[in-house]
Amino acid sequence: MLQPGDEAELAACLAERREPVAIVGAGTKRDIGGRVDAEPLSVAAMSGIVDYRPEELIVTARAATPLATLEQTLRASNQRLAFEPCAWPGSAPGEPTVGGVIAANLAGSRRVTAGAARDHFLGLRAVNGLGQAFKAGGKVVKNVTGYDLPKLLAGSWGTLAVMTEVTLRGVPAPEHECTWVLGERDVDRAVRHMTQALGSPHDVSSAAFDPAEGRVFVRLEGFAPSVAARLDGLRAGAGAGGRTEQAVLEADASRALWRDIGSARAVADADVVWRLSVPPADAPRVVRELAPARYLLDWGGGLLWIGTSIVDAARIRGAIRDGHATLVKAPAEDRARVAVFMPPPPAVAAIAARVKAAFDPRNLLNPGRMR
Amino acid sequence: MICLPEADPAVLARRGAIVAALRGLIRPESVIDEPVRLAAYESDGLTAYRSQPLAVALPETTAEVAALLRFAHREGLNVVPRGAGTSLSGGAIPAPDAIVVGLGKFKRILDIDYANRCVVAQSGVTNLAISHAVAAEGFYYAPDPSSQIACTIGGNVAENSGGVHCLKYGLTTNNVLGIEFVTPEGEIVRLGGKALDAGHYDLLGLITGSEGLLGIVTEVTVRILRKPDTARAVLLGFPTTEGAGACVAAIIAAGIVPGGMEMMDRPAIHAAEAFVQAGYPLDVEALLIVELDGVAAEVDLLIERVVAIAGEHGSTTCRVSGNEAERLRFWAGRKAAFPAVGRLSPDYYCMDGTIPRGALPRVLREIRALSGRFDLRVANVFHAGDGNLHPLILYDANAPGELERAEAFGFEILKLCVDVGGVLTGEHGVGLEKRDLMPYQFDAADLEQQHRVKHAFDPDVRFNPGKVYPTLHRCAEQGRVHVHRGAVRHPDLPRF
Repeated sequence: MLQPGDEAELAACLAERREPVAIVGAGTKRDIGGRVDAEPLSVAAMSGIVDYRPEELIVTARAATPLATLEQTLRASNQRLAFEPCAWPGSAPGEPTVGGVIAANLAGSRRVTAGAARDHFLGLRAVNGLGQAFKAGGKVVKNVTGYDLPKLLAGSWGTLAVMTEVTLRGVPAPEHECTWVLGERDVDRAVRHMTQALGSPHDVSSAAFDPAEGRVFVRLEGFAPSVAARLDGLRAGAGAGGRTEQAVLEADASRALWRDIGSARAVADADVVWRLSVPPADAPRVVRELAPARYLLDWGGGLLWIGTSIVDAARIRGAIRDGHATLVKAPAEDRARVAVFMPPPPAVAAIAARVKAAFDPRNLLNPGRMR
Repeated sequence: MICLPEADPAVLARRGAIVAALRGLIRPESVIDEPVRLAAYESDGLTAYRSQPLAVALPETTAEVAALLRFAHREGLNVVPRGAGTSLSGGAIPAPDAIVVGLGKFKRILDIDYANRCVVAQSGVTNLAISHAVAAEGFYYAPDPSSQIACTIGGNVAENSGGVHCLKYGLTTNNVLGIEFVTPEGEIVRLGGKALDAGHYDLLGLITGSEGLLGIVTEVTVRILRKPDTARAVLLGFPTTEGAGACVAAIIAAGIVPGGMEMMDRPAIHAAEAFVQAGYPLDVEALLIVELDGVAAEVDLLIERVVAIAGEHGSTTCRVSGNEAERLRFWAGRKAAFPAVGRLSPDYYCMDGTIPRGALPRVLREIRALSGRFDLRVANVFHAGDGNLHPLILYDANAPGELERAEAFGFEILKLCVDVGGVLTGEHGVGLEKRDLMPYQFDAADLEQQHRVKHAFDPDVRFNPGKVYPTLHRCAEQGRVHVHRGAVRHPDLPRF
């Protein structure tokens, strides 16, 4: 295993390298994506908070800083990451690194209103496949200087460059949260409930539907009196629409629920797990067409988790008219056979290939990971 | 003076044939080549610079854009995309041998989709038209650049435009779901759509803010938000900018993210008050407008907290808007700040850097010192929430040497922004204006990586030439490119 101690050593290592490398942070996502047959390159040595200025709403950390460390640091100043990290089904045990979270562009339930990792990834230092260290973006929340390379590296699964340092946006942590729980079994009505909540002025942060439980979950976050007022507003807006309030989960109970939803607990133990991003209003059609044994809708319907036993990629992807499907969890032999990430149309794939070559022309970094 | 791109004489010599060929690709009357009509396309919001293009083409369909770009690709011609031409950084100023492709005829809103909370619009639709189209249902499009009445959504994507509400609601990049895009080779691609996030590389995120260097956006899908129930504003005056800055930090520390938080310094306050009589206090060094939006219960609660925090930080004026008319009056002065300052002087030059908020007192002190050194007045307006500073430098373009002095002053301010840990531009873009300062923020390796990305889309470097990245042409060799520590920073790079 290659273990550079810092960015300069990493750059030197990649500059002289002739064989591919498999980039490893904490290894929690090693079973997600295509398998990389290459010598592991651990970035674990590049860890630690570099700079945190709560009043500026930014935090800079070395890429292998444990996510938990970063979150703890923010929490001490009553802040949190501006996006909501989550753990995908199929993750190996361990504490993910912040670089890994960004490389996978993770986004939990708050994605629908607050954005994903990509939306709050402000700046970076990295080493490309030629062994050249570079920086991009900045350490302020508003910046349009040069191409937005952080966006490109978020969700690139280590195939473009090895991140060494990242700057993320923090936001004030809400004083309170609660979840409004409605009884509902029908997917069309569930999506309509979520659409109405997310289109209301009540500043709903997340909305999900678990058909097995027959429940719609609507999350409110913020100052306690505001959360209470908005819950009342949602109830009043529901009127005689046939919705049945089953419960209101407060504080820790609400947080625990959304941890489960964000990590798709309802489908996570299936042998095969698909993650589909679709237009929210299209979700019921996709569900009907695929008739999955188990599923979960998050992002107000825009994120469809499917738990099943056979991969059936052509059928799953054939049901998508706008969006994409990622094979998050499957036996290794299936992941070797099927494109894990949905292949873009040829014209887009051609651009993606040229972008890859602009960072890693020798194809050294995580080859096959995004297949 | 900033050096404009030079023309290729061989292209200029072929002008007649090129214009004739363009007229075969789109309606003949949509190709402009008469100098008097080209004058409308020679400049943008950076009015000190102008340059007539070879010709202007105004296509009406994406297929026509693709045909134009395929032709330009085949003929090796430069292309400058143009929306409404409101760029403040010269992003739409054409190269003299370039074809301007104007999206002025892409004016249709194609789909208003409340179920998916998004709008699909052609790229020439104005920013404000999108909000207007969904206003009746209580929705709006959040990013609100000050030019929103004129600027186009396609231009917003190219520039990653911001506005006064972006601390809470994000920049364009956080609000765009998808685009239709024509590559420099003339290929039509769609990136994103009504679903969230990319299934592969986030090319949409890369193209957003690429300042027209990677291709032409023809259609945009944006997310729309439900309008907040209520908005109220607090007007706060402080005897020192340090006090105002500390108040801003304390508001953030209290967990409050205002919908807008704007600061003005003394010269800006006086100019605005003289212009629109907004009722601003004239005996303060700094004015803050803090706007809270959301449900009434929340807004009322947070207004109280902001007022208390302001008191603790020594505010000498504190007025809470009692009604919508008063809230709008508080904003009237800030929104008129640019023209108000414009009345004080024949010309003004608007800068746009971002700094860590904590550096504001130091930056304002040094700007005042620079103002003395360059003998030019300056007024400052500041998006206090996100650290985006707009110094307005007053000058007279007709006084010999003043434009050059104003630019030199502006460049010193932007370098100062970088020196304190900030960036050259928060929302106006690099364009032509700040191009030669890029090596001050980025070193050779940083710029080389950006160049490689440019080449992935535009290997012949024909799109919006002379913008964003420093070039080595004649005036550069005369020393216009920034020389840092005695050396040209990246002599080995391809320059464009």
